[in-house]
Amino acid sequence: MTLDPITLTVIQAGLQQVCDEMDLAFSRAAFSPVIAEANDRSDGIYAASDGALIAQGTAGLPVFVGTMQHSTRTLIEMINSSDVAAPNPGDIYIVNDPYLGGTHLMDVRFAKPFYRDGEIFCWLSNTGHWPDTGGAVPGGFSASATAVEQEGLRLPPVKLFKQGVLDKEIFAIIQSNIRVAEQRIGDVQAQAAALLVGETRLAALLDRYGDATVSNAISELNMRASSQMRACLKNIPNGIYRSQAYVDSDGVVNTPLTIALNVTKTDEELTFDFQGSSPPCLGPMNSVRATTHSAVYLGMRHIFPDVPMNAGAFAPFTITGIEDSFLDAKYPRPVSGCAAEVSQRIAEAVFAALVQAIPEKVTAAPAGTSGNFALGGFDPTRSRNYVMYQISGGGYGGNAQHDGLSNGCSTIGISKAPPIEIMEQAYPVLYRHYALHEGSGGAGEHRGGFGLDYEVELRRGEAKASFVMDHGRFGPQGARGGCDGEVNKVTVYRDSAPYTPEHLSKEQDIPLNAGDRVHVQTPGGGGYGNPLERDPQLVAEDVRLERYSPHQAKILFGVVITSSFEVDRAATSSLRREKRATLSDAP
Amino acid sequence: MAESENTQTGTVVGVDVGGTFTDLVALSSEGLRLAKVPSTVEDQSQGVLNALASANCEIAALDLIVHGTTTTTNAVLERKLARTGLITTQGFRDILELGRRTRPQAYGMFGEFKPLIPRDLRFEVPERMDSDSNILTPLDIEAVKTAANTLLEKGCEAVVVHFLHSYANPTHELQAVEVLHKLWPNDYITAGHALLSESREYERGVTAAVNASVQPVLSNYVDRLSHALTDQGYARDLLIMNGNGGMVSAQSVSKEAAKTVMSGPASGVMAAAFTGRAANEPNLITYDMGGTSTDVALIRDATPSVSNEIEVEYGMPIHVPMVDVRTVGAGGGSIAKINAGGLLEVGPESAGATPGPICYGRGGTQPTISDANYLLGRLRPSGLSLDEQLQRSKEVRRAFTEHLAPALKCSAVEAAEAVVQVANTKMAGAIRMVSLSLGADPRDFALFAFGGAGPLHAAALAKELDIPRVLIPARPGLTNALGCVVADLRHDFVRTINTPLFDLPSGKLADIFGTLISKGKALIAKETISLDSVDTILSLDMQFVGQTHLLRVPVVDQQMSLDALQALFEDAYLSRFQVALDDMPAAIVNVNCSILGRRPPLDLSLLSCPTSRAKTLGSAQTDTRNVFFGNTWLETPVCNRKALPSDAAISGPAIIEQMDTTIVVPPEDHVTSDAVGNLILHVGGGA
Repeated sequence: MTLDPITLTVIQAGLQQVCDEMDLAFSRAAFSPVIAEANDRSDGIYAASDGALIAQGTAGLPVFVGTMQHSTRTLIEMINSSDVAAPNPGDIYIVNDPYLGGTHLMDVRFAKPFYRDGEIFCWLSNTGHWPDTGGAVPGGFSASATAVEQEGLRLPPVKLFKQGVLDKEIFAIIQSNIRVAEQRIGDVQAQAAALLVGETRLAALLDRYGDATVSNAISELNMRASSQMRACLKNIPNGIYRSQAYVDSDGVVNTPLTIALNVTKTDEELTFDFQGSSPPCLGPMNSVRATTHSAVYLGMRHIFPDVPMNAGAFAPFTITGIEDSFLDAKYPRPVSGCAAEVSQRIAEAVFAALVQAIPEKVTAAPAGTSGNFALGGFDPTRSRNYVMYQISGGGYGGNAQHDGLSNGCSTIGISKAPPIEIMEQAYPVLYRHYALHEGSGGAGEHRGGFGLDYEVELRRGEAKASFVMDHGRFGPQGARGGCDGEVNKVTVYRDSAPYTPEHLSKEQDIPLNAGDRVHVQTPGGGGYGNPLERDPQLVAEDVRLERYSPHQAKILFGVVITSSFEVDRAATSSLRREKRATLSDAP
Repeated sequence: MAESENTQTGTVVGVDVGGTFTDLVALSSEGLRLAKVPSTVEDQSQGVLNALASANCEIAALDLIVHGTTTTTNAVLERKLARTGLITTQGFRDILELGRRTRPQAYGMFGEFKPLIPRDLRFEVPERMDSDSNILTPLDIEAVKTAANTLLEKGCEAVVVHFLHSYANPTHELQAVEVLHKLWPNDYITAGHALLSESREYERGVTAAVNASVQPVLSNYVDRLSHALTDQGYARDLLIMNGNGGMVSAQSVSKEAAKTVMSGPASGVMAAAFTGRAANEPNLITYDMGGTSTDVALIRDATPSVSNEIEVEYGMPIHVPMVDVRTVGAGGGSIAKINAGGLLEVGPESAGATPGPICYGRGGTQPTISDANYLLGRLRPSGLSLDEQLQRSKEVRRAFTEHLAPALKCSAVEAAEAVVQVANTKMAGAIRMVSLSLGADPRDFALFAFGGAGPLHAAALAKELDIPRVLIPARPGLTNALGCVVADLRHDFVRTINTPLFDLPSGKLADIFGTLISKGKALIAKETISLDSVDTILSLDMQFVGQTHLLRVPVVDQQMSLDALQALFEDAYLSRFQVALDDMPAAIVNVNCSILGRRPPLDLSLLSCPTSRAKTLGSAQTDTRNVFFGNTWLETPVCNRKALPSDAAISGPAIIEQMDTTIVVPPEDHVTSDAVGNLILHVGGGA
């Protein structure tokens, strides 16, 4: 049966709508602010045979592009091999095992078979980031874990709901192993309710158009997305594009981890070869296969955001060379950094490779770290324990059109930062400043955006500060002659004495007393194009607005600014001439 | 163009300035006058005077003029703002530039953001308050003076004082404002806590910055208009519409100028609510489809949803109560194209007003939704000669044949039908998302269709959404102006308390309600226009402790016990999310109070002109033409709405044309009329 393009478009919109309504239902009813406010969740529809992505909610957290098709596929395989109990209508499996198609332990996935006439038509699945799944540190981001057991409770696929009824025994085991357990029932109910919404809406769609027509449309839409992606890829000249990106350290051993990437473009296909990347690491900066694949998809979706999200869109991509590297870690390697940090470095490698090929479609590297600063302690005034997270953005990369955005969120996220006033209401802290990280944007014809510069003081009690950040050693990469963005800096003031973490961007449990302070400067974005080509007027404007000092204007951009913020034309052209000459003399 | 019936005295005039047209509705007990004249972009007051002249209004004899203006909306969206400075807490001048760490779209690393106040006009002064209202660093008064003088030297006209935690303790902001009043040459001084007394420094700061930077713009405009009216002998009140759908006097409007942003769409929704009440359709989804976009809002119990959290554009939250109007999907000018995957896409690109759709002959070449309607025989631009029509037809058909038909493997007409169908799917989906996000099921509502293109698509959308009825008001193109005429005086107050329910001292909530009510009533008492009654609407924004989402719960009894409030919230939560959570304590985040001065009711039937009505349906029919429905051409009667008998009942297929819109009645639907001049379209022949 061939389908007319109009029915196809209408069914595509219908499938999308089902997923968007699941996203909405999940966020609106969720308890955890991580889900309700930060939208750290995703919902989708997956093929019955192999878990291939059929459609996914547009409001899902970007890092989940593609992860659930891995987890659903693994679940189906385990059911087929009888490693997991066979499904019945109304069952919901819960799983958070990173090695079975996941990310880190905190991303808990639900999967529910969707039946038509007694047969599984497809799977509905969603992921929600739980605020805690047990483990050594609240929240699960331990910078010094060396085994997954230290990171939290690991759940293989088990039926949390059996024919529509919550299994209280399994839930009791979960509750006994996680922190702030009493609120989790709210999230579990919301996560299950979202799947129920999906079930109802998808049934309505099938009733209206017929199961066979929708099935045909799904395969056809896969092919269309695939040809749409292939059409996008036509803009990339055939060839090999190389890039590298570096994770500062794994949090345990203080040496950088390398992501080596060769992107090969042949006709309508892209191969991402990670051969030569570092081996699995001791600390938690390992990635798992599903997350690595998802990070590549995420990078590509940032470059071609208009291609609909289904398995077909990813069909032209081949990912190789990750075996035996830290991008395909196996049990029991710790993995808490995979979703928040390593995935962003992988996306950065994708950007850095492809900006060479399609410079008008790709930006220089964005700050690319989630900038996780956690403060855990006891508030004596309120007699309670707390864990505070300050997740921060940074500058985006300059690009062919304009300068990079300042203080944008991580590549993998879309959430809003919490207001300072709310943080100060909830935790015994005082922010001393919250400002642009001056001078941090990588110089370029279009400069990078600026990072964030903040300082927090502990007002009372004792606490421990932990950092899982990145780009402390190497700034986000510039492109096409642009400079790298400024690096991430962490300084802890204990009794007014400055302390810099040995791993620069990562450390666990630095003890603080009242009056101690934490100063964080997040990375600026990479610059795009030769800084000596930047319009001197724009440099003067940046200096007038105190984004760069007059000295930086000279050193970075070769522009001489007068005390009244005018461009000294003569001095500027001779300085730029001099700098160009030095550049061309360089080996 | 203008229409008028009867001469009258005791007239209330509503004038709404839109992007293209300035619309006027003048109503009195004796009759109706209408006008639609081009908007005057540089100085909107000229268009207002033109509209009054066009409707032959004797200005000196008018009783009341209520005005909806896009002056502040345009100023904000086009960033044509007064030069404004910021005085803020030491260490925090960049809050307005850093935002909430977001990007414009979920996918794609491109995009820019320009703060409302540039960095060199943002000054820090020593002062610090904590979240418990304690003063940690006293305000440095001298630093405020220095900052103010520097801002004046730098040419600032308006100034914002924005300190951290001023919602909890405004002392420092008040002190700074007092200092400013002595040395600032005008009244354009906005304190952060004054408009919005809730935590979240970015949103409060942006709201204050918007207010300050549009104050001079609005104030100049209102002065200009007031003088022009006074010159022509007008001696009564001039009232200005706010985004909350209420109105305030011209003298006080600029003090809270930010509240006028987005007032245009709000007045349309107010008119819909009023019309719905009169027509006994209190639950409506409003559907206002124009040339470039479509606005959707929800009305329950004849009351529009109001939100304090509207984001006017990326990074620009204006957190004052506004009618919750969401812009979705497509407009008549949305362009249809084939994407790289071979699928038909409609929008988001739009041909806008220029070049516009091909069928309007302003140079458009890309097929649009309007062109699809044109090709299907549904839409006929008026005033064209036969030759011109033939020429247009040819151009439109050619565009569909060239751009769409080959990929879709169908004829130009079938391609046009596909464009309409895809656009409808998209709009219906968007309307569903809007309703669901507000906790409503669209099937429980009637669709209120207005705007130039709304009634063209309404029947199909209603069918798609399982909505049983569509209400098409008497004057779909003048809905915003009508909203001005029917609006109430309105003052809204929000007090953030953010406290677990059972931590509230007894009587505290009743005290807060009492304070807010008397504040509002005092403001209403200052207005001089005559009112029927003064109403109070109370509500609480609540959540379970530990949640971040808010659910608004209406409160009737301000003395309610805490147990009763907990139960009230649990019920509301269950009915909204179908999730029952026992033993979870609730918290109150915001206490809301609105005071409404109700105006004497108006008779909507005045909007339809009795003298133009024909005696029979047959004589209201002007024409017959072929219209494409589903997959075939049907010979379809075309009626003139003005001439429809007051009890007309029409079975589809039919096209009903009027000055400001075209109504499509598909074959399976039928239309009846009600006593107040609305047409009711019954989907699928239902009741």
